[in-house]
Amino acid sequence: MSGPNTSYDPVEVAALDPQAVDDAVSAALVAASSAGTLDELRAARSAHQGDRSALALANREIGALPPSAKAEAGKRVGQARGRVAAAFAARQAELEAERDERILTEEAVDLTVVPPRRRVGARHPISLVTERVEDIFVGLGWEIAEGPELESEWLNFDALNLGPDHPARQMQDTFFVEPADRSGLVLRTHTSPVQVRTMLDREPPIYVLCPGKVFRTDELDATHTPVFHQFEGLVVDEGITMAHLKGSLDVFVAMLFGAGTVTRLRPSYFPFTEPSAEIDCQCWICSGTDDSCRTCRGTGWIEVGGSGMVNRRVLTASGIDPDHYTGFAFGLGIERSLMLRHGVADMHDIVEGDVRFSTQFGMEI
Amino acid sequence: MRVPVEWLRELAHVDSHVRGKDVSETLVRVGLEDEGVHGGGVGGPLVIGRVLTLEPEPQRNGRTINWCTVDVGQANGTGEPQGIVCGAHNFGVGDHVVVVLPGGTLPTPDGSFQVTARRTYGHVSAGMICSERELGLGDDHTGIIVLEHRLADEPDVLAALVPGEDAIALLGLDHEVVEVTVTPDRGYCLSMRGIAREYALATGAPFDDPAGIPVAARNDSGYAVRLADEAPIRGRAGCDRFVARVVRGVDASSASPSWMRRRLIDVGMRPISLAVDVTNYVMMLLGQPLHAYDLDSLSGEIVVRRARAGERLTTLDGVERHLDGEDLLITDGGDVVLGLAGVMGGASSEVSSTTRNVLVEAAHFDAVTVARTSRRHRLVSEASKRFERGVDPAVADRAAQLACDLLVRYGGGTLDDGVTDVGEVARRDAIAFDVGLPTAYVGLEYPRGEVVATLRAVGCEVVDREGQVVDVRPPTWRPDLVDGPDLVEEVARVRGYAEIPSVLPRAVGGRGLTHGQRVRRLVAQTLAQQGLVEVLSYPFVGDELFDRLGYAVDDPRRNTVRLANPLQDEAPLMRTSVLDTLLDTLRRNVARGARDLALYEIGLVTVGRPDQPPVPIPGVEGRPADDVLASILDGVPVQPRHVALAAAGDAVPAGPWGDAQRVEASDAVAWAVELGRALGLELLLRNHSRAPFHPGRCAVVTLADGTVVGHAGELHPKVVGALGLPARTVAAELDVDVLVAATGTPVQARPLSTYPVAHTDLAVVVDDGVPAADVAAALGGGAGPQLESLTLFDVYRGDQVGEGRKSLAYRLTFRAEDRTLTTDEVSALRDSAMRAAAEAVGAVQRA
Ligand SMILES: [Zn+2]
Repeated sequence: MSGPNTSYDPVEVAALDPQAVDDAVSAALVAASSAGTLDELRAARSAHQGDRSALALANREIGALPPSAKAEAGKRVGQARGRVAAAFAARQAELEAERDERILTEEAVDLTVVPPRRRVGARHPISLVTERVEDIFVGLGWEIAEGPELESEWLNFDALNLGPDHPARQMQDTFFVEPADRSGLVLRTHTSPVQVRTMLDREPPIYVLCPGKVFRTDELDATHTPVFHQFEGLVVDEGITMAHLKGSLDVFVAMLFGAGTVTRLRPSYFPFTEPSAEIDCQCWICSGTDDSCRTCRGTGWIEVGGSGMVNRRVLTASGIDPDHYTGFAFGLGIERSLMLRHGVADMHDIVEGDVRFSTQFGMEI
Repeated sequence: MRVPVEWLRELAHVDSHVRGKDVSETLVRVGLEDEGVHGGGVGGPLVIGRVLTLEPEPQRNGRTINWCTVDVGQANGTGEPQGIVCGAHNFGVGDHVVVVLPGGTLPTPDGSFQVTARRTYGHVSAGMICSERELGLGDDHTGIIVLEHRLADEPDVLAALVPGEDAIALLGLDHEVVEVTVTPDRGYCLSMRGIAREYALATGAPFDDPAGIPVAARNDSGYAVRLADEAPIRGRAGCDRFVARVVRGVDASSASPSWMRRRLIDVGMRPISLAVDVTNYVMMLLGQPLHAYDLDSLSGEIVVRRARAGERLTTLDGVERHLDGEDLLITDGGDVVLGLAGVMGGASSEVSSTTRNVLVEAAHFDAVTVARTSRRHRLVSEASKRFERGVDPAVADRAAQLACDLLVRYGGGTLDDGVTDVGEVARRDAIAFDVGLPTAYVGLEYPRGEVVATLRAVGCEVVDREGQVVDVRPPTWRPDLVDGPDLVEEVARVRGYAEIPSVLPRAVGGRGLTHGQRVRRLVAQTLAQQGLVEVLSYPFVGDELFDRLGYAVDDPRRNTVRLANPLQDEAPLMRTSVLDTLLDTLRRNVARGARDLALYEIGLVTVGRPDQPPVPIPGVEGRPADDVLASILDGVPVQPRHVALAAAGDAVPAGPWGDAQRVEASDAVAWAVELGRALGLELLLRNHSRAPFHPGRCAVVTLADGTVVGHAGELHPKVVGALGLPARTVAAELDVDVLVAATGTPVQARPLSTYPVAHTDLAVVVDDGVPAADVAAALGGGAGPQLESLTLFDVYRGDQVGEGRKSLAYRLTFRAEDRTLTTDEVSALRDSAMRAAAEAVGAVQRA
């Protein structure tokens, strides 16, 4: 803001001439609009709005006018300065917007070049399927029980009604620990010893799922592996029936393979259950409507495991009164579930530890 | 078990429209396993032909082919002779043969193929003259089928052959064979008698018991047999019934009838000679294994006894076997060993082409005795399979009678009047059966009448006194039926498992996952999120691995468990670290072309002990006594759960973003530390030397109280070399069980101060050998509780600090709970930290 004008200069007073003010405004507007850069605009602003500009001089002269003329002159110069300031501000905004736009354009980079600073990790799908199965049963209120992989023969066989001369004991090709005739130790051939451990450990009601690694002396081929994973369910409570077995299996397969999938039971034989049943799962790909279905080979059903009512002798060996409690048990394979659910054609891919296999699944299955 | 549908029709009234597939489905419904349907793969036109001309034509390749014309009647539509090229030479002009005409189909292992007319050896061959193998009738492919030979024993059929007539039925090619697997409890289903009974049970069709034949009563004039088992196993006599019959004057050169040969082929047996075929046929029909002896090779009474020390026998398969005291033997006069009872006979007494007089044995041997002998000698026979699973002891005399009748009928000769039938089969006890049990077990209503009727249909004697409990005496062929649930299964399977309702039981409500299970998931998840890939490996390792890993002779990780029958002889041990097998997985990935790798595996390891006691194997009559149970549970080797990780190559590859960053030892350490942080644990590090790590690049990871969690670092270059790993492979192995035990108590929250933080930097100079962790620990201790964080941001070695020294620069961040710290207070705290470091590790503040 200028102070009162004390040094009256009759020459400069001419600047207050209305025509001169208009000319100054016009010149300023032209300068503002013709500035192509912010630098040019800054120079033009200095010329037309600076202390030495015509309008600044005119403003300064107002103080020298007689009071009668002050008001009108003040109004004229004030409006003129306002128009000029607005024009420069507008142009400033325009040029700044252009500059910002240009910078953003210049700063563009190709983000399709992703720098792999961190490798992508992955879970093994066997673990993921196992956890998914566990979660289904935990959701039903069951618990997860585990046990050692190197197991006593008594728990792996005898307590499960597989006596030393039972034909089924030879059927299962077992890894024995040296010395085979004395050690009393085997690599468990199923997770059933965990069931026995659970029953020895606690009183019914028992609702447990026993997942884990098991061993049989099969050669590795496209559909077999000597080290594989199972999950077995065990329920012991008052009044448990085969209908409860069927109900549990139906709920489970619907959750793992898709709503509407059901199971079918077929009579079979397992030493640790009586009555016993094979579990077939309805084909969730074709529901039995496709004769050339590769998942079920056109039968509409896929054999997934074994089951039955816990044999009285197993309950007895585990210290549970078979006249008071009944129970059911079932066992299914994780590898088989994985192969069926995800179309894995060759067991080698699952067991050989090739990172490409795990990586394609990520961390959720 | 292979079940010819044609044979089944004879025993169980199979409806005429029923096909093999239907039979299979029916049998599966009552508990047999479906293994597919064979046969029926031949499709017409397959017709009878008569060879009109045959011209041998030698070929350049040395073979001679026959250019034949064959009369196929009107089957080819023209009545003209059919021109066919044939490579076989076992036939001549005038012979009747079997011709498949263009358009017909022949079975192949995968299905069938269609025969077409084709140009070959300069002729158009319009069809094929067939061999047995081409038709799936047997393995003989050396020659084509000449009906004059094949039907030699059926002259009437042979005389009626007309060229051009269909040959499918003539050859039995319309026979379908259903294959089923028999579960170990159903030994009786290893016979047509048992299968037919099951089929009848499933369909309600009548069943004609083929054992229901007239049998001559036992008398004293038969061949002398003595049962002399002086060492029964578990109180069960090795042989409780022995039937022997004699046929004299048999023509051993006579062929078995074609229907019998056909059935034997259908069930998967090879026709051999009349005597052998008859015993096999009767076994397949009734389930009773039989043995035929050349009577003239026997000199004394037959004695059944256990083997004596040092006895040997060369069995029919030509193997000389050293006998065990538990082996039950058939002997001649007690001294000459004739065979392993119920398993396999010896070579010396076998019927041969010169045999005239035959002794037929039909005995009942104990399942355990036979199973043990079969297992001991690794000798599985059709007989042992059946005895192990249980043979109907009541059928022995019928089987012997039927076999002798067939021998007489097809081989001539006469059956002796003497009937040997010694031994005593104990009558089975009745089971007191609650008729409500099926309903209680299955969850489906089974009316009393149905329960009783089903058990009777199965063959049980049921004494029903109108109470809740009935007496059920299972049939002689069902040794598997011993208690209530066994009978429940019979009731349930005959009604059908399909009717069992689906009811979800209401669980009592569990605890969810245990702390240990959640920790394990978190460990896996954390490592995966840090870029490592989870893999699995077999936990088997070889003897020399521990040397390659550089373990000292007395390293406890050499104490392991050895398998008696490993998968591979070179890997008989259970791993004692997960790295033992994870490193091999890393190597395999490198071999497959991967370069930058970071893997992990979570699994059990086995802690062997030199003084491993035998683990007891008590009975199963009840829960074992507490001390026995304890020695079972304690006798199982400890198997902690470990997590191991291994990495090689680049952590960050080179690219537009800059240079590559190689994986280094500190990465392995950082992964371990981060794992602890994910669990809320501040893990401590100490430099350490331990195989298989580089002695100068290994850290031991511990809990605050010093408990060892594991180790991390770079592998020893020798280990890298010995295992064929990429240079500078890094690794870590941590005990997950220790992490689980160290966590789980609820973390107690500290109040959060909202006063400002104060930062100050401090550079200290220490000897190069002083671990940074020790400096940090000293600084942290000296700085006191107001130290919020301590961050190492620079390490300097060089002229400014002198030879053998290093400078460590830290940023210390302080914050008080109750006020803003003044500059003077912060300086004092920093000086206190410096003094502590000076005292603990000889640190000097860097100017
Ligand atoms: Zn399907």
